[in-house]
This record gives sequence, structure tokens and C-alpha cells, in this order.
Amino acid sequence: MTHVLNIENLQVAVEGKPILRGVDLEIKHGETHALMGPNGSGKSTLGQAIMGHPKYEVTGGSITLDGENLLEMEPDERARAGMFMAFQRPVAIPGVKMADFLRHSTTNVRNPERKEGEDLIPMKDFRRELKDKMQQLQMDMEFARRYVNDGFSGGEMKRAEILQLAMLQPKFAILDETDSGLDADAVRLASESIAHIGREKMGLLIITHHDKLLVHNPPEFTHVMLGGRLVETGGSELAEELHADGYERIRAAYPEAEAENLAMAGE
Amino acid sequence: MATDITPEKNAEAESLGEINKYDFRTETEAVFKSQKGLNEEIVRQISGMKDEPEWMLEFRLKALEIFESKPMPEWGGDIDINFQDIYYYLKPTDGQEKSWDDVPEEIKETFDRLGIPEAERKFLAGVKAQFESEVVYGSIAEDLEKQGVIFTDTDTALKEHPELFREYFGTIIPSEDNKFSALNSAVWSGGSFIYVPPGVKIDFPMQAYFRINAQNMGQFERTLIIVDEGAEIHYVEGCTAPMYSSDSLHSAVVEVIVKKNGRCRYTTIQNWANNIYNLVTKRAVCYQDATMEWVDGNLGSRLTMKYPAVYMMEPGAHGEILSIAFSGKGQHQDAGAKLVHVAPNTTGQIISKSISKNGGRSSYRGLVRVEEGATHAKNNVVCDALILDPESRSDTYPYIEIMEQDVSIGHEASVSRIGEEQLFYLTSRGLSETEASAMIVNGFIEPLVKELPMEYAVELNRLIQLQMEGSVG
Repeated sequence: MTHVLNIENLQVAVEGKPILRGVDLEIKHGETHALMGPNGSGKSTLGQAIMGHPKYEVTGGSITLDGENLLEMEPDERARAGMFMAFQRPVAIPGVKMADFLRHSTTNVRNPERKEGEDLIPMKDFRRELKDKMQQLQMDMEFARRYVNDGFSGGEMKRAEILQLAMLQPKFAILDETDSGLDADAVRLASESIAHIGREKMGLLIITHHDKLLVHNPPEFTHVMLGGRLVETGGSELAEELHADGYERIRAAYPEAEAENLAMAGE
Repeated sequence: MATDITPEKNAEAESLGEINKYDFRTETEAVFKSQKGLNEEIVRQISGMKDEPEWMLEFRLKALEIFESKPMPEWGGDIDINFQDIYYYLKPTDGQEKSWDDVPEEIKETFDRLGIPEAERKFLAGVKAQFESEVVYGSIAEDLEKQGVIFTDTDTALKEHPELFREYFGTIIPSEDNKFSALNSAVWSGGSFIYVPPGVKIDFPMQAYFRINAQNMGQFERTLIIVDEGAEIHYVEGCTAPMYSSDSLHSAVVEVIVKKNGRCRYTTIQNWANNIYNLVTKRAVCYQDATMEWVDGNLGSRLTMKYPAVYMMEPGAHGEILSIAFSGKGQHQDAGAKLVHVAPNTTGQIISKSISKNGGRSSYRGLVRVEEGATHAKNNVVCDALILDPESRSDTYPYIEIMEQDVSIGHEASVSRIGEEQLFYLTSRGLSETEASAMIVNGFIEPLVKELPMEYAVELNRLIQLQMEGSVG
């Protein structure tokens, strides 16, 4: 069965203010989609809403994974159902070692029925797998003993997110600005890592306003968001155009969405 | 004697989902139980039962006078104790056993359930188990005994090592120190007495286990540790009691002397039931280049007031206090630390972590004092509080008294709530909200837990897990 993530007429508000005003998007397993758009257009909101951040209130529409209603699930249930998001700004959890967190997380995602307190995946197996994945991503093993995102550089944080992606093997992954704050080498390493994990093994939604990540992971579909709507969809040539020329054409072509975008950005 | 250990499910504890392995009572018949209440006659009776020398009886009676003359402390927590409604002395057996097999069956089962002999077999250099007022079991590794290490209960020490005892007893914490040190001095019973001869380094921890079993019981152990020049010891104590509807009192006095180049670490994991008042005075003096460390974990009790202290008396002395407090429903942990720099070039550090949950209240109360002449003293205090819900509370009362110019003093404090962003990050990776909260809390106390011996670290994490379960709302 081909897994399908389906989003229909999604409307999302934050603290009562509407951000997404009806988004339709379907991603099939194995596809790579790019989501581009100017700052404040609502790209990250879409990612947060898909994962179920409590601050992002869904006021209309639906999100389903293989027909199952994601909106009725808690964030951990969404993760266990096969969803993953690499955070734009990962959160530090002082005192919690990467390896301990990842072992817990990997166990829950692989055994969705696991109850609290039940056994974790055996330490030996977990260590071996983690070591393999870290070597593939050219990460030092010392990394696993550090506290989650605590004192990490921008590049380390993003690589840690990609490591989690590699361990959790989700059906669908959202990469929220995984390229931001990285220098050219770091972006190349990150995009090679994603290619190495295997784009064909998941559905990917790459949120970005650059095209750095897309050079190594050319999308089959590019969507442009403006004022909380997807105003245009094309192939990888659209991403190239936006990178070369910016959003002037888009802003001019969709004045209503542009007005909403300006209003949102102004707040 | 009948053996009947029944895990009585306490309604309140059950509603909290916090039934744990310590909440059971043992049916025992005490060999002797004093009348309820406190007066001169009771004090004379305790001293008489113990066949003590005259000077100790006088010491006790004087302390009773001091106790009666001192007002209750007006700071800290609310103390609502009826001192006449407490049993001050309860003797569970006729004497102390050296073989575990000889300990009465029902007491043995109590400690078995608490995992004491198991722990001993695994890794301890010596063990004491105190049940109510008296130490019922004691052992020490043979090689240590041969090297002249003394590890006995404090009553026996008074009889067998009278000179050593009298030289140090009550010199660090005089009866006048505070109302509860006076109370302890009047009715003390049991506790550990340790002497480590010069240069002897004990690799494994020595442990004492304190258990209150009876209702309305007061436990007043008295511990005295003397670490001679260049000697080293790690002493660990654990405390538990079952849950009753009325309150009990635990009021210990612990005195520690660390001589030149000596080293002492004193670790406490306190998990008293939530109806125990835990009012304890702990103080160490530290001489040239010696180190004293208090590692203090407070999870249980209704009210704990405890501020382990280190007085750095000579140059190069180092005092360190790691303190953790977890306050749940109906609990107040008023815990902290005291570091007093008396001599030049002394260094001290306090790390305090507190967690408040379900309406619990944690207070950090600490004193750093640098006396005149203690030049180049260095001191650093780090004090972090984590609050898990809006009903809970955290306070910080740092007192700093500096009587010298050329010193370096640092103080950092932080209060945080479990963040929505941290929870979302962890849950979005497949952890349930309870697992995520527990992980954040465990991470918060990690710097302290990693200082504990493995067994205790595991136990502390387990206790915190219990406190966290089913409580995130």
C-alpha cells in the first residue's frame, strides 16, 4: 500500500488569529515536496499543525494519514503513526542524553502499542544501530552522550535532527528550514544525509525559503505559500525560478493573498 | 512471634497513584515502649534503660530545659506538632544482632522488603539498621575492623569508646543550637558512630537504614562521624516509614569532623511518608585541606527543615553541598545549605535543585558566610527550581554575610516551569506526556544523580518516576 498524507482545506489560528486560510496538499510515499514562500506566509505553521503543537488551533479542514484522522491524535500518537518533523529551532533538554532520549523515542515509534514502563529495545541492538547511523552521517559517537540540543551549535542541532529522522524512519517527514543558519558545507552534508537515508523510503515536505537543500534533493512538486494559502504549485523548475528571481512575480500575481501576508507579517 | 506484614492501601496515597513499596506496616511487639509525652521522668527512664553514665543523664536533662525554654522557629514551614502526643522511646528488641539470621523475623522481613541485606551483600563496607529507637542489626567488613575502623551504634559507642565519644559528642552541634537539636539531645537514641583512623580509605559506602514503623513515633537518632587525618569515607543513609493518619516526628542530629587531608561524603535519600515532620540538624567541621560533601535527597515527609552545614576551619578546607528536593501534594521541603568560611583559602560550593508538583512547595534556604580573616575564600551557589504546574510553589531565601574584602562569591538562581516547547518536542518524537515530563525532571536533577553510587541513582530515578506517574495534568 502506498502511504498517503492528505490535507484538505486546512485552517489554523494562533491565539485566535487566523494563519492558514484553507490549505490543500496531498503527499504520497516516495515523493519530495518543497514548500516555499516569503517570511511570515505560514509555512512553519503548516508543519506545527501537522504534528499537533497545542498552540496551533485547527479551526477547519482535515489532515489524514492513510485515511486515519491525525487531528484526533496527540503528538506522540502522530509520531507513532509515522509522522516526523525536524524542528527549525530544536529545544534543549538539559541533563537528558541524546542516546537515552533516542532509545526511548525509537522504541515507542517502532512499538506503537508499547505502554509506559514496558521494556525498551535492547541496549546492545540499539547501540549498534545508532553507531551505524552516526557513522553514515559522519557524526562522532561522543555526540550520543551529550545532552539533547544543550549547547549545540546551529549545525549540530540540525544534524541531530537528521540523525533522529534516520533512526525513527517515519512514513512522512517535514523538514522545517533544516538549511537555515548553516554554512554551505553544512547544507551539503545535511542534504547528502537526507539523500542517504533515502528519499524514496518516505514522503518528504521540505520547508525552506532558500533552495540550498533542494539542489541535492530536487522536488517533484514545489508549492508556494502566500498569506496562508498555497497560491501556486509546479515542479522543481518553480523552486529554481523563485530562488533566482525572488517572490516579486508571485506577490504581484496574487494581490489578495499578498495583502493578507502583509497584514500577518505586520503583526 | 507472629509475622504479619500487610501492605495497607492508604486511601489518600492510592488516590494519588503513589502507592509504593515503602508503605507497609509490620505488626511488632516492642520490648519496651515509653509513655506518650515528654517530661523529666521520660528522659530519666530512657537514660536508665540504656544504663548510661551520670554525665549523659545530666546532658539530657539540661537539653530538656533548653528545649522547653526555646520558642518554635518562626521561619521555615508550619510546624503543628503536639509534643505530648508522641512516643519518645520505643525499644523493638533486646539487643543488636550481628547476624542477619538472628534479627526477629518480622523486622527482618521489613528490611528484606526494603532491600537492605541485598544491598549489603552487593557492595557495602558496613551496615546499620535502626527500627524505631534502636539499632537492631549491624555489621562491618572484617578488614576494616582490623584496620581500626569503628562502625557501631551511638549507644554502644558511649559504652565501648567513652573517651573518643566524650571528646567529640555535642561539640559540633550544642544542645543550645536550636529547639530541635535540644530535643534530640534530651531523648536521643541510636544513630551511627564512625571513627576512621588516620590514612584509612574506605572504598565502599557504609550504610545506615532508618525505619519508623509505629504510629505517633518520634525517632531521634544521633550520628557522630570522625574522619581522622588523611582518611576517607562515604556514608549513606536511607529513611522510610509507612503512611499513618496522624503525624510522626523525625529529628536527628548529625555531627561530622573531618581532620587534615581527610575526606567525607555523606549521602541521604530521605523518602519518609507524607505525615512525617523531618526536622534535622546536620553540621560538619573541616580542617586543613580536608573535604566535606553533603549529598542530600529529600523526597518524602510532610515538612522537612534541613540545612546541612560545613564550617571550613583551616586553610584549604573545601565544603560542598548538593541538595535535591521534590515536593508533591501536601508537602513542604524547606531545604538548603550552610557554608561558613572561617579560614583563608577555603572553597565552597552549593548546588540546589528543587521540583514542585501537585501543589507542593519547595524552598531553598541557604547561608554563605565569610568570616573576618578568611581571605581568598571562594564560594559559588547555583540554585535551580522546576515547577510542574500552576498550583505548586518555589521560594528562594539566600543569605550572604561577607566580613572580608578579598573574596570571590557567586550566586545564580533560576526558576523554570516545564515548557510547552520541551514537552511538544519530546512528544512529537513519540514519548507520552508522562514519559516526557519524567525525562525533563530526570534531566533536571542529572547533575546530582550522577554523583550518587549506581544503586542509589537507580533508586532515586525510580522514586521520581513514582512521584511523576499519573500526575501530569
